[in-house]
Amino acid sequence: MTKKDFKRSDGRKFDEVRKMTAKVGVIPNADGSAMFSFGDTIAIAAVYGPKKMHPQHLQNPEKGVLRYTYHMMSFSVTERIRPGPNRRSMEISKISEWALEPVVMIDKYPGTVIDVHVNILQANASTRCAGINAAALAIAHAGVSMKDMVSSVSIGKLDKQLVVDVSKDEEDYEEGEGATDIPITFTDEGKITHIQVDGSIETEQLKEAIQLARKACKEIYEVQKKALKESLDINKNK
Amino acid sequence: MTNREIVIPGEIIVEGEKYLPGEGTERRGNKIVAIRYGLAEESKELVKVIPLSGVYHARRGNAIIGSVENITFNGWQIDIGTPENAFLPLSEVPGFVNKNSLDEVMNIRDSLVAKIIDINKRGIDLTIKGKGLGKIDEGIIMEINSNKVPRIIGKEGSMINIIKTETGCNITVGQNGLIWISGDSTENELLAKKAILFIAEKSYIEGLTEEVKKWFEKEKK
Repeated sequence: MTKKDFKRSDGRKFDEVRKMTAKVGVIPNADGSAMFSFGDTIAIAAVYGPKKMHPQHLQNPEKGVLRYTYHMMSFSVTERIRPGPNRRSMEISKISEWALEPVVMIDKYPGTVIDVHVNILQANASTRCAGINAAALAIAHAGVSMKDMVSSVSIGKLDKQLVVDVSKDEEDYEEGEGATDIPITFTDEGKITHIQVDGSIETEQLKEAIQLARKACKEIYEVQKKALKESLDINKNK
Repeated sequence: MTNREIVIPGEIIVEGEKYLPGEGTERRGNKIVAIRYGLAEESKELVKVIPLSGVYHARRGNAIIGSVENITFNGWQIDIGTPENAFLPLSEVPGFVNKNSLDEVMNIRDSLVAKIIDINKRGIDLTIKGKGLGKIDEGIIMEINSNKVPRIIGKEGSMINIIKTETGCNITVGQNGLIWISGDSTENELLAKKAILFIAEKSYIEGLTEEVKKWFEKEKK
């Protein structure tokens, strides 16, 4: 089972998150924007809206629509990937949308759309988590009403060992049972808005994984909070 | 809580039954929680969050600048930068208007200063009955972030009055972030525009009014 002194390929402890950086207001043209990174994984998010939904038949008179587009830059990985939507990015867009929908108060903006564009500049696993973290920051920065912030982290199971914040090397782990990737998103209150399991894990260990993720998300939340609170001080020094 | 403080969504601003949740906040149990990013402020037990960013949020009584989007049989549809539709009915235009030729009064793409009289489920209703309201015939229109409008105007119009006296231009600031400048020469109008952009960029500096006075001295040399 989980060993506390497990050594990872990059020298991290089993419950250590890669170095995180967060910044808001990176895209002046957008209504709200943010950058979030886990080590080498960098995501930038831009939010436009709430704005009028076009075409009109997509408008919902009861509540607004949250539209999330995830996209990996063609240069984000060593092997160039074809730009444009594909099966994987469309799935991640939908999943991330569901992860954010419980906290964004879209019922306040009927007949409108909130466009969230997430681009991955550089990928080293956990891109959807970095994307959700950046998107949460950008939506808050755009002044959209939110019940709470969300923070996302991926838990990996390498054979039987649980690790926090998976990197590409760990994602490709092949010994024993192989690698299982579990991205989880929490609100600050500790509620889960999104969980995926790619692989196999036992119920008991999944509970353990959730506890690990909850602890890591507390750290991520602090980084996000700091980024939002300090965005104004940057303006002061101009 | 005495100072203004930046809050993020989901953050507890104050605890206690006596506080009332204002704009941008919500009551959860005995706590007042922020539901948007901005500056938290408390006055007379009313807690509210002042927005720092985001799109323009229409409020009744706001003077705004918009442009004609479409003409219907009984009025004009105006684009004021909100997701809601804004409408100027025929009855809210002073003077006689020929119902068969509304475009003679205002045509598509014409700009105007208007006031919001009502916000309902259908959209926003506007009026141009009143002082300083109506169609814009000359001058330049510029755009800034609507959250910076209070800084451009200043305390009781102190900031805008400096620009007006220094440039000799007539300036109308719409709450939606559009600003109409009209003066006797293009140079003065452009100077006023430059000054407004300067204020918008430095909007978080303390003692900005003094800075702007200094800026004008430097510019005029």
